[in-house]
Amino acid sequence: MREQEVLVKFTLPSATEVQKLEKKSLVSYIQIGQPSTKALVAKWGTAPRIQLNDSYKTTQDILEFVASERDKLSESDRAQMTICIKADAMTRMGIITDVKQELRRANALKVSYAAAKTLGYE
Amino acid sequence: MIDKRKIQEINAGSMADISFLLLIFFLVATTMNVDTGIQRVLPPMPDESQKQAPMDIKKRNLMLVFVSKFDHIMAGGEAIDISQLKEKAKTFILNASNDEDLPEKEIVKIDIIGDYPVSKGVISLQNDRGTSYNMYIMVQNELTRAFNEVRDEVAQAKFGKKFTELDEDQRKAIQKAVPLKISEAEPRNIEGGE
Repeated sequence: MREQEVLVKFTLPSATEVQKLEKKSLVSYIQIGQPSTKALVAKWGTAPRIQLNDSYKTTQDILEFVASERDKLSESDRAQMTICIKADAMTRMGIITDVKQELRRANALKVSYAAAKTLGYE
Repeated sequence: MIDKRKIQEINAGSMADISFLLLIFFLVATTMNVDTGIQRVLPPMPDESQKQAPMDIKKRNLMLVFVSKFDHIMAGGEAIDISQLKEKAKTFILNASNDEDLPEKEIVKIDIIGDYPVSKGVISLQNDRGTSYNMYIMVQNELTRAFNEVRDEVAQAKFGKKFTELDEDQRKAIQKAVPLKISEAEPRNIEGGE
């Protein structure tokens, strides 16, 4: 139940057609957002960063990340692996498109765009 | 001398209170957050060795949804608001009046349902690098909602139940009848975002 330290801050977008992520063991997270604390901002600036496990990474590291996450799963579960993209609502699509392209390259095709459930906009 | 002192009993009266207090503390302090999200399957990366032949799709079978870097939406050739997108997508998928400009249908034999005219329509979603993620999710959400509502309608017509209330086989049949066809184009820098 313990979760990794989150180094980026994000407010998730909201949506109505969300589905629950079953089986947490099959889910790996990619977090995208601005550095969360003042110390981190001083070091890294305010540009959005990609967090894998517990440090900032670049898009080039995603291939390796997916491979290592896939290795953790048993043979039969590998096809079911889902990548959950948790990105700040204010992020531009550029960085997310890059991540998506990397995921396609890594052949991790099941993704879930994390969003909070709402009953409707307005 | 005889020791008259007895071993004092521990007062256990408050034990229940303490355990309830602990129980309630942990109940409150534990979070079991379930992650929710919009689920998608990305298209596999095309093989670099073989050239990708451009897909042949008739114009009537394609609805282009483009989200600009200013978060404006263009669907099917006209600028629309996010609130109109769902209806537009629904009319596109359903093509109830068999309009010439809306997608063709192909009779497919599906288990349980039998012959059903499956729409050949594909919704193509394009976004700019400068589009905000929030808008992207909203558009994805509206498109998903359109498909879900169509599925609900078909499920209601065929089985008299909502899509989510169907059993596995029926659900598969409906999924075949109304396939989720959202294609995301290869990214390109259209308006030159960041």
